[in-house]
Amino acid sequence: MIQGILIFSLIFLSFAIFATIYRLVMGPTAPDRVQALDALGINLISGVAIFSVLLRHTGFFEVILLIGILSFIGTIAFARYMERGVVIERKQSD
Amino acid sequence: MSWLHMMILLPFIFALVVPYVYKKFNPRFHTGWFVLVIPLVIFIHLLTFIPQISLGNSVTSTVPWLPSYHINFTTYVDGLSLVFGLLIAGIGALVILYSIYYMSKHREALHNFYVYLLLFMGAMLGLVFSDNIFVLYVFWETTSVSSFLLIAYWYEREKSRYGAQKSLLITIFGGLAMLAGFIMLSLMTDTNSIREMIRNAVGIPSHSLFIPAMILVLIGAFTKSAQFPFSIWLPDAMEAPTPISAYLHSATMVKAGIYLVARFTPIFGGTAEWFWLVSGVGIITLLYGSVNAVRQTDLKALLAYSTISQLGLIMSLLGLGSAALYYGIGNDSSVYAVAIFAAIFHLVNHSTFKGCLFMVVGIIDHETGTRDIRRLGGLMHLMPITFTLTVIGSFAMAGLPPFNGFLSKEMFFTAVVNASNMTVFNADHIGLAIPIIAWVASVFTFVYSMVLVFKTFRGKNKPEKLGKVVHEPPIGMLVSPFVLGSLVIIIFFFPNVLSKYLLKPAWYAVLPTLANAGELKVKISPWHGWNTELFMTIGVIIIGTLLYIYLRKWYRVYRFYPENLTLNNLYNFSLERMENISGSLTNKYMTGFIRDYLVYIFAFIIVVVGGAMWLFDGFSFDPSNDAPVNLFETGLVVAMVIAALTVLVSKNRLTAIVAVGALGFLVSFFFVLFRAPDLALTQLVVETVTTALFLLCFYHLPQLRKEISRVRFKAVNALISIGVGVAVTIIALSANGNRLFESISGFYENSYELAGAKNIVNAILVDFRGIDTMLEILVLTIAGLGVYSLIKLRLPGRDKNEGAE
Repeated sequence: MIQGILIFSLIFLSFAIFATIYRLVMGPTAPDRVQALDALGINLISGVAIFSVLLRHTGFFEVILLIGILSFIGTIAFARYMERGVVIERKQSD
Repeated sequence: MSWLHMMILLPFIFALVVPYVYKKFNPRFHTGWFVLVIPLVIFIHLLTFIPQISLGNSVTSTVPWLPSYHINFTTYVDGLSLVFGLLIAGIGALVILYSIYYMSKHREALHNFYVYLLLFMGAMLGLVFSDNIFVLYVFWETTSVSSFLLIAYWYEREKSRYGAQKSLLITIFGGLAMLAGFIMLSLMTDTNSIREMIRNAVGIPSHSLFIPAMILVLIGAFTKSAQFPFSIWLPDAMEAPTPISAYLHSATMVKAGIYLVARFTPIFGGTAEWFWLVSGVGIITLLYGSVNAVRQTDLKALLAYSTISQLGLIMSLLGLGSAALYYGIGNDSSVYAVAIFAAIFHLVNHSTFKGCLFMVVGIIDHETGTRDIRRLGGLMHLMPITFTLTVIGSFAMAGLPPFNGFLSKEMFFTAVVNASNMTVFNADHIGLAIPIIAWVASVFTFVYSMVLVFKTFRGKNKPEKLGKVVHEPPIGMLVSPFVLGSLVIIIFFFPNVLSKYLLKPAWYAVLPTLANAGELKVKISPWHGWNTELFMTIGVIIIGTLLYIYLRKWYRVYRFYPENLTLNNLYNFSLERMENISGSLTNKYMTGFIRDYLVYIFAFIIVVVGGAMWLFDGFSFDPSNDAPVNLFETGLVVAMVIAALTVLVSKNRLTAIVAVGALGFLVSFFFVLFRAPDLALTQLVVETVTTALFLLCFYHLPQLRKEISRVRFKAVNALISIGVGVAVTIIALSANGNRLFESISGFYENSYELAGAKNIVNAILVDFRGIDTMLEILVLTIAGLGVYSLIKLRLPGRDKNEGAE
């Protein structure tokens, strides 16, 4: 029973991923796409979590944490790039 | 190691010493005096072989070189090689003596000259005394290379370089063909020794490699001996110093091909192909050389063409004589075998008179400053000794008594008349043409010999055209041509002495089977009755004299000679075209665009991989091993495909980067689904870092190329990429369908017992297969250092490309 629910939710998650991919491909502007990428990360977090439960294994919990951190960093990098034109700014003295 | 080996190696060893001698003694002593000792020693040593050889014995001795490949430095002395050896050493000594007076010790780089000359002499000796075909080939190429060096001795002249390059190209081409022929011979007879080949020669003519081997060996011989149509290098080789022309291009190197043909006659001879190739090419060369010699105005060019023609004569005699092997032992054979004797006889005679003539021309050049017939004349009273020597040489060349050329020319006529009576090899149809062509060529020979003598020495003296006061050269310069000129006369009066001790053993060496049966007998006499040959000679003299007297009237005939259709033009044209075509071919595919090279590489992958799969029937799909597919997995794959397509069709770079990021995230989720947490972690980090790096690069892209455009669609690109994708997919599926054996991953499940690790992946990375990890760390280190140095290291003057930004 619980297994069926988990697989069902994985399928629905893949629908959600579809939707974000649609935005990522079609999104008229760059911020739309970056947003979609961020959302994709969140979807993946939940996907990994459900899958861990399905497997009854804790080996993938680190992946969840990492996705959280990295999708944050990635979004910041894109945001900085779009806002300032660079990802890492040089010091004034340079 | 026998004394003969030492003799062959002596010139090479002394060539090492020559530069030191030159440095120490020049200009007090002429370096040539030191070099002169070498050929004299060799000559005297070779003379000691005569008693043994004239009894019909032969001398062999072996030094192992590459015994495991049956390549040994085996020397073999029989009559044939002894004749050549004596010519090489004897004329070598005379040429060096001549060069001492010809080459100035103040102006010339004598150490180069004598080093090259000694190299050549050693190579030539090695060539004629080698029994092993591969050793023979080594010496053969050494003669080509040293001849190349000698022709370009005055390397600052363009014509010297041109002549040297031409002769190298042609003779090396022939040498390589000959090597291929030798390898075939060695395959056919299962030995590398020429003597054993001759012993095993019985069944060879039916072998399938017989004809190719014969043609290839003949190409080698024809290129070296300047036979038609490979003769074009010889006139251009006349840019060499005259002693070299005398030595290499009349007496020795050009006879290497003759030697080869004579040496292999017992193997190939007796077949129609050999007969027609050798004698046909020889006859054509004879005519071609003599007709062309008449129109030359440069004395050395005239002599070069006459050398070509005389070599053709010798070659055709060798071909005609090979018919004796067809008849085998019997009365018929000895009639034709005499042609071989005539060939050897004329070979010796030609070396004497042509060497003499070249030296004389060198003297004229040295004393008057020109070799142009049109500027010379009336030298008879000024240079009486030189004139006498020229007369001796030229009349011998024309085939007049009392000079040795007469004897061998008569024997040549005998041979061609016999050939016209031949009934085998389809000779009865065109056999009659052979004596006619030979006779016509002899008439032309007579004419150019007369041109050589009378245009140079008769007529009016033209001091205004010559820069110098003409007088006889120093005595030392005259010694060598004098010796050769005397030989010309001595051989005429005492031919049978020479024949008994040298020529007959050589003859027996060329026709060993007939010699063993005691079939070979010949007696040379200047007078042999009123027969066809004598009438032919008288005809040559009469018609030749008439032609010479009326030379001005018919000289116009040569203007009809199509100027653009010469072999030289063909050579130049084909060389030029070859360079152009290969240049444009290379330019066509070496475009400089990486895109094109990638197209080639990937197309090659498709052809090779797909072709191999198709040829060997490698397509096989077996789904029985496959795992069941979930619906959500399908959904994720579709999402990935969409993201990947977005990368392809995205209109700006930012979209592409975002899509690549999404692709990376999805891949890491697949790692999760396939239970690979370590991979998923790494993949995520790497993906993020890569995305950041892409963004960094994006900022640094140069201004001009920032035009954001759609990826240009090219049909070829699409075709190639789809092809590669299909090919790889097919391979992956086929490989997956064919599990040939169990995987070894079961072993790693013991990682806790063996390595104390619960994480198998990490245990493999750092324990079971730690070396890989170490080297990958190294890769990352190098990449880091590389990036650092690329950014930091800016050498001055290398930033030119940045101006384009």
